[in-house]
Amino acid sequence: MEGMKETVEESLREMRETFASGRTRSLKWRKAQIGAIYEMVKDNEDKICSALFQDLGKHSTEAFRDELGVVLRSATVAINSLDKWAVPKHSNLPLLFYPAKGKVISEPYGTVLVLSSWNFPISLSLDPLIGAIAAGNTVLLKSSELSPNASAFLAKTIPAYLDTKAIKVIEGGPDVATILLQHQWDKIFFTGSPKIGRIIMAAAAQHLTPVTLELGGKCPTIVDHHTISKNIKSVVKRIAGGKWGSCSGQACISVDYVLIEKSYASSLIDMLKPTIKSFFGENPKESGCLSRIATKQHVQRLSRLLNDPRVQASIVYGGSIDEEKLYVEPTILLDPPLDSEIMNEEIFGPILPIITVRDIQESIGIIKTKPKPLAIYAFTNDENLKTRILSETSSGSVTFNDVMIQYMCDALPFGGVGESGIGRYHGKYSFDCFSHEKAIMEGSLGMDLDARYPPWNNFKLTFIRLAFREAYFKLILLMLGLKR
Amino acid sequence: MAAKKMFGAADASILVTDLRRSFDDGVTRGYEWRVTQLKKLLIICDNHEPEIVAALRDDLGKPELESSVYEVSLLRNSIKLALKQLKNWMAPEKAKTSLTTFPASAEIVSEPLGVVLVISAWNYPFLLSIDPVIGAISAGNAVVLKPSELAPASSALLAKLMEQYLDSSAVRVVEGAVTETTALLEQKWDKIFYTGSSKIGHVIMAAAAKHLTPVVLELGGKSPVVVDSDTDLKVTVRRIIAGKWGCNNGQACISPDYILTTKEYAPKVIDAMKKELETFYGKNPMESKDMSRIVNSTHFDRLSKMLDEKEVSDKIVYGGEKDRENLKIAPTILLDVPLDSLIMSEEIFGPLLPILTLNNLEESFDVIRSRPKPLAAYLFTHNKKLKERFAATVSAGGIVVNDIAVHLALHTLPFGGVGESGMGAYHGKFSFDAFSHKKAVLYRSLFGDSAVRYPPYSRGKLRLLKALVDSNIFDIFKVLLGLS
Repeated sequence: MEGMKETVEESLREMRETFASGRTRSLKWRKAQIGAIYEMVKDNEDKICSALFQDLGKHSTEAFRDELGVVLRSATVAINSLDKWAVPKHSNLPLLFYPAKGKVISEPYGTVLVLSSWNFPISLSLDPLIGAIAAGNTVLLKSSELSPNASAFLAKTIPAYLDTKAIKVIEGGPDVATILLQHQWDKIFFTGSPKIGRIIMAAAAQHLTPVTLELGGKCPTIVDHHTISKNIKSVVKRIAGGKWGSCSGQACISVDYVLIEKSYASSLIDMLKPTIKSFFGENPKESGCLSRIATKQHVQRLSRLLNDPRVQASIVYGGSIDEEKLYVEPTILLDPPLDSEIMNEEIFGPILPIITVRDIQESIGIIKTKPKPLAIYAFTNDENLKTRILSETSSGSVTFNDVMIQYMCDALPFGGVGESGIGRYHGKYSFDCFSHEKAIMEGSLGMDLDARYPPWNNFKLTFIRLAFREAYFKLILLMLGLKR
Repeated sequence: MAAKKMFGAADASILVTDLRRSFDDGVTRGYEWRVTQLKKLLIICDNHEPEIVAALRDDLGKPELESSVYEVSLLRNSIKLALKQLKNWMAPEKAKTSLTTFPASAEIVSEPLGVVLVISAWNYPFLLSIDPVIGAISAGNAVVLKPSELAPASSALLAKLMEQYLDSSAVRVVEGAVTETTALLEQKWDKIFYTGSSKIGHVIMAAAAKHLTPVVLELGGKSPVVVDSDTDLKVTVRRIIAGKWGCNNGQACISPDYILTTKEYAPKVIDAMKKELETFYGKNPMESKDMSRIVNSTHFDRLSKMLDEKEVSDKIVYGGEKDRENLKIAPTILLDVPLDSLIMSEEIFGPLLPILTLNNLEESFDVIRSRPKPLAAYLFTHNKKLKERFAATVSAGGIVVNDIAVHLALHTLPFGGVGESGMGAYHGKFSFDAFSHKKAVLYRSLFGDSAVRYPPYSRGKLRLLKALVDSNIFDIFKVLLGLS
């Protein structure tokens, strides 16, 4: 660890020196670095897909759709938009201050830390990295030790493509993170669980470091059968895709649980079953299309959630677990008790509870008993229900009639609220996330008003009062001696 | 007189529970409620200005003009702006959807965070209490205000007026000191807004971290003033004086803390300052009624210690008189104190102004950069290139060229710090945003789905995806959404 401590200190020193040199301020440099990330991903697709397959059993199509494609797009958008993003914003100043000028410029924080996660180890590392670089920072990335092959790829390949004096990668687990967090950073970007999020923020507090925390929660999916029955097939497919089609439910925006009216629950389950089969065949373990669970510990956690006898009793599909092969079968539960553990922590796995309600309106009440999630999904055409969901619940985002897709809309901020996180990114929000918005005001030395200065008297007081109210006419009267 | 009941953990818990119930009941959400509360705040400003001025005179010896202009008028403007703009601010913002999410529409909805805590400071006790509260109420939150105990008359008046005029089911004032603040900080808030010292800023953020509560920290620092010989010396000096001694006698977060100028120019600067200081405050500034006093004996002793330090006391070139009984220190200028002296190591927050001389103005950049980032950095010059370099390379909360402090009054510029001087910003719409969660909402259609989205994944699907990426990155998503 001593060696690691020295490595960290040396890295920080070099990154700070590079930042101070001004090299990262140049838009040309930033675009070149982001372009290099693009090239790195394109040149190494097979290696990356192989790493993801080794770490998580991710199929290359899923890997491309959820990780490589996302990074390629993010890099393209950043390169194409950076000139626009970096333009200062001019502000209109009140007449009183004429001819003063005001503007806001985005400046990089300095040397920033990105702590990535294991479930989308490539995109959750490179996407924030793109944001940090676009904003002109030097950046250290710590990839997750729970996705060792992806981590090794990043550690080995990033130095070959990017400016090593400005962008660095460190591998390791909690002990490395602890060392990193003892130092002062100008910004910390963390993706992970709320529990660790608290630790990160507490460490950041020691240095008054601003943070963006992309955390998680239980993302509910409301199915208002009444109003979408015509398209139920699409709905079922989207829910199934949103649960099992992306890292086997181990995503911060995965469909965590479904809320549906009691009378429709069994038909939903009856449609989900063949859908699962159509995705993964008779034996999902061998399909090659279902990601693995990250580690044995994670399998054990999911196992424990299912072992509650009341939860066991609610299994209507699936339920089998193979710890050796890091496999948990796509599982459906019908009405596990609301006070069971599985209904009180983020599942992060391929188990789908279906919670029934008498009236779909009641689903809002259930959602409100839980911490604010990263996303709420609702399949409905009822405008009233949509309005109620928007105004009575709080979440990072709300998506109507689809799942997960909000991630790809980079005009929308991606981030949580409450337990699901602080701050946001994607698109221009990534640039802003890693920038300090600095206000610049320029006054004129030419025009000077005596009323601004002591010694104070009633005239000056009246003058300034009027000036503040922007009562210009009265002000002129005062100056002409026509107002008391 | 009844003994003041100690406000402890239980009281804090009940308080938050009460306010949360009001928030959950929807008391604060409606436009009408927010407008009513804002109008009541305006009535407080309009009908109670004499009492406010009197309280400020008690607490700080603040001259009537400062109280009237820098506290009441600024607040009045802030409230009026909110009343005028609230509908706009509350309206959802349409987000651009692109080919990637077609067919869909997206918007960003501003929603209140919930129950928020505003902790205020003693130097501008009305402004720094009510201005954030304006933001909290405009954004639809329930709010608890804790004014500073170091300005007791103002704190008591705030408590009385706010209880009298505002809706106490959702807006409360808790008076007190460390015990009360600690009790409040143990609760879970949806946002904490703190104005004060960096030292306490750490404590606030650490407490917030326990609950993943986002924070705005408006802290301080040593705001430098760089004076170029190519300037209008008289105007420059008048503005520095008005910004320093004319704003609570140097006890302001954006007070000009120290001056940087060339060895050659310094004598001229000092002479001009002496002349204008006499014009403003007379030959006996200790007798002038146009300056606030030092707030209390603790701060008096702190400042006294700075002046008395060896190698500092002999650098006084103007002023230096002290009167502990009346808590007065004369406007004092020092020349070339040691860089490691106490007066150059912490924010002065008082009527002492060190002038540091350099061989050339270029060196000022290094001096500033070697210190923690301040809340404001000032430059007086006609030199366009210097202005541009300063604005681009000096990192501070805000930069003001050719004036002092006025940017505080500009609602179109974000007001906040960076690094040690703080995080987050407010004023104008930035206040509304500071207390809002920007929720991303995506409306998707139920038809249009491509097999490429779902398992089973095939090499064919992957090939299709890749081919699309090579041709046009945006088409990939069109395919995913079933549009080609």
